[in-house]
This record gives sequence, structure tokens and C-alpha cells, in this order.
Amino acid sequence: MIEVKGLVKSYGTKRAVDGVTFSVRRGDILGFLGPNGAGKSTTMKVITGYLAPTAGSVTVDGIDVTKDPVATKRRIGYLPESAPAYGEMTVTEYLNFIADVRGFRAKDTRLAQVERAIGLTHLESVRRQTIETLSKGYRQRVGFAQALLHDPPVLVLDEPTDGLDPNQKHEVRTLIRRMAAEKAVILSTHILEEVDAICNRVIIISQGKIVSDETPEKMHARKSGARLDEIFRQLTLSDA
Amino acid sequence: MSQIVPLFRREFLGYFRSPVAYVFLVAFVIISVSLAFSPFGGFFESNDASLRVYFSFYPWLFLFLVPAVGMRLWSEERRTGTIELLFTLPVTCLEAVIGKFLAAWAFLNLAILSSLTMAFTIAYLGKPDWGVVLSTYAGSILMAGGYLGVCSLMSALTKNQVISFVLGLIACAALLILGFSGFTATLESILPVAAADAVANFSFSTHFEGFTRGVIDARDVVFFLSLMGFTIFLNVVVLDR
Repeated sequence: MIEVKGLVKSYGTKRAVDGVTFSVRRGDILGFLGPNGAGKSTTMKVITGYLAPTAGSVTVDGIDVTKDPVATKRRIGYLPESAPAYGEMTVTEYLNFIADVRGFRAKDTRLAQVERAIGLTHLESVRRQTIETLSKGYRQRVGFAQALLHDPPVLVLDEPTDGLDPNQKHEVRTLIRRMAAEKAVILSTHILEEVDAICNRVIIISQGKIVSDETPEKMHARKSGARLDEIFRQLTLSDA
Repeated sequence: MSQIVPLFRREFLGYFRSPVAYVFLVAFVIISVSLAFSPFGGFFESNDASLRVYFSFYPWLFLFLVPAVGMRLWSEERRTGTIELLFTLPVTCLEAVIGKFLAAWAFLNLAILSSLTMAFTIAYLGKPDWGVVLSTYAGSILMAGGYLGVCSLMSALTKNQVISFVLGLIACAALLILGFSGFTATLESILPVAAADAVANFSFSTHFEGFTRGVIDARDVVFFLSLMGFTIFLNVVVLDR
């Protein structure tokens, strides 16, 4: 579903992403791990078409994101970091706007999509509240609902469980796992248990380069008995 | 281009989701009317059933009010991070810029049309020349679009709304002052007359003046339309990453 080849993104002279290559298939839940500033978010922003790559290519469903960005954006559901949304709108107004832009123009199909997204993310109780009055957890769920609304084949989630309490984290993980069979999912995190809990592949990125790409089991096997965060420290510090 | 519709709708209705829109509309009417009736305007002294006095303040009024409407267009998206959301939805940059521009322009036109009460007042007091009234409204709407194009562009440059407002104000002030006789006279003393004339031609006031006399000159219409087109183009260039 997603092919990233030799991706480079520079800000001035600094290379935030430096030659990253990987692919994600349907059914994959890829955990994107790395220290802060390693290039996780930047990579996701290029995949979703928000930033243009300096070099290399990204294709989604065989379509190059720089050649036909609107077509690839249709196939992607994206939850940006800290889930930005138009705070002055109510949850229902906001999701109706997203559905409208996503091409659900007929009133009944639009409402059906909005109801589905609200149901999936359990937003029924706050649907008439403006987003700016919601707690962090609910705001994150609104971002989730927005990403899921058009039932996209590709989900890109930037720190989806950031700022949630343990119950909410569990709920979000269950939701991701339930949907994953027919989707390609990329999620970034710096919470290592999360990788163990839901991902079936892990990429560790450090200073813009991939330092490991394997299953969580294989990673554990690298150093038997070691905890994931020890392996993480070893991989990302040795590179520094 | 059909994607412009939902973007326009969200932005336009967005003005009414907060009290800002109502405050703005009321302030616009009060300020514009009181300027006309003030000693500077001399509405009654002119002893003329026309809106010329009323509209003569518009270039000045727009100088402050249009940046106030335009400042949030892109700055707000940048500050709250929703710009990332917007540009990962299936819309092109041009569609987003046009959708937002049209929404803000429609809102400004609403403010302009709220002054129709003045038109009814003069119709009650005397016999206005409706042709002139109509052309003045057309000119005001076009001029609002020109100001707004500049302010939307300035708003795309920064995530701070105050900076956006000030940049918009300065840019519009420059475009306004170019046309004043005092300024052009100074220019003529330095530059050849043709060059000074060319500079004066970039002014809002020069191109608005004809409309208030009931003259719809194609050159004036083209000036405002091309100013809008050019600033929208630059707006897209600024936002393209």
C-alpha cells in the first residue's frame, strides 16, 4: 500500500529525514519509533502530502504523492500530532465539514458517515459541544473520528495515544487492532509498550535514518531477556 | 473546483460562530455613518441627495476594517495547526485559497450592503441618482476584494494575527496613499511625470474615484480584478511547501 524509497527531507542544511526506505502492506500495523526529533513526524507529513520531499519518492496505492496529491490524500486518513481541529465548531459540525470535503455530498450518506465515525470513537455524549471545550482525550478522539470518517485504506497516526489516560489508550489500541486487518496502518509513538501491544512491525528511526526494521518478537530476540526500552536505547544511542 | 464550496461554507459560517461578526457589522455601520454625519463629512451641508460623502470615507475605513477581517484567514490556521489538517484533505492549495478568500469577501460585502439603510435614507430625503448609487456599490465591492487579496496574502506570511493585521494595514496604506495628490505631486518633482502617473495608477483611491461619480471604467474594474488574481496567485506561492 505504501512504498517509501530513499526519502530525504531537508530544512535548510539540516536533513530531518535522510534516505528512508520501507514499505507497508495491507494488514500491517507499523510502529514508528524514535527519539524526539528523529524524523518520525516529518516522514509522516511527507507520506500524507503535507510536505514535499527533497528527494526520493512516496507512493500510496501505486500513486506518487507528488504527482497526484489529491488522489493519494483521498486514500489516507491522517491524525496529525496533537489532533488540530477547528475549535469553534461543534463535533457534529466539524465532522460534517470533513465529510463534505471528503466527497460525501448527499445529505444521507454524509450523515451516515458522520454517525459511523461518532459511533466508532464513542463521541455521542459530546456531539453538540464545541471542540475547544473538550478535554484532551475527547479532542484526540475527534481527530481519530476525522481520520476514520471515509474508511480509508491507509491510516497514518502521529502519536495517537499521546495525552490519553490508560483506559482511553486501551480503547484506542483496541480500535486500531480491530480495523487493521483490511488497512495499512502507520503509527508513531515513543511509548514502547504500545509497540508490544499492537504493532506487528517496528521501525526504529534515529537522526533521520532507519536503524532497525523487524517484528517486535525479533527485536526482543536481539538480546534475550532485555526490555524493549533497553534495546531502543542501545539502537538509538549507538548511532549518536 | 467543487471543493471550494465546503471550504467557503465553513469559513463564512465561521464568522458567525463567534460574536466577532456581529461586533464587526455593527461597528462598520456605526463608524461609516457617523463619519458621514461628522463635521469632516458634512452630509447635510452638502445639500445633495447622494451617497458621495458617505462613500468618500470607504478607502480609509477599509484600511482598518479589511485587515481586521483578513488577518485571521491563514494566521489562525497556522497558529492552531489546522493548516496541516486542511492540506492533507483532498483539496488543492488554489481551492483552499479561493474558498477562504471568497468567504471573507462575501462577509465584507455583507457589511457593505448593511449600508443600504443610508441609500434608503437619501431616497426618503430626496431623489438620488440610482445609477450612481449602484456603481458606487459595485466599486466598493471590487475595492474590498482588492484590499482583502492583499490582507489574505499578508496573513499567509505569519502565524501571529497582530503581525498579520499590521502587515495588511501597511501594505494597504501604501496602495492607498500612492494616489493622493500631495504624494503624486512630490513624486512628479522627483520622477518624470509618466513614471509618477504609473505609480499613482496602482492606488485604490485612483480607481475607486470613478465609481463614486457613476463611471464604471473597464480599466478600474480590470485593476481590482487583476489585483485580486495576482494576490491570490502569490498567496498560493507562499503557502506551497
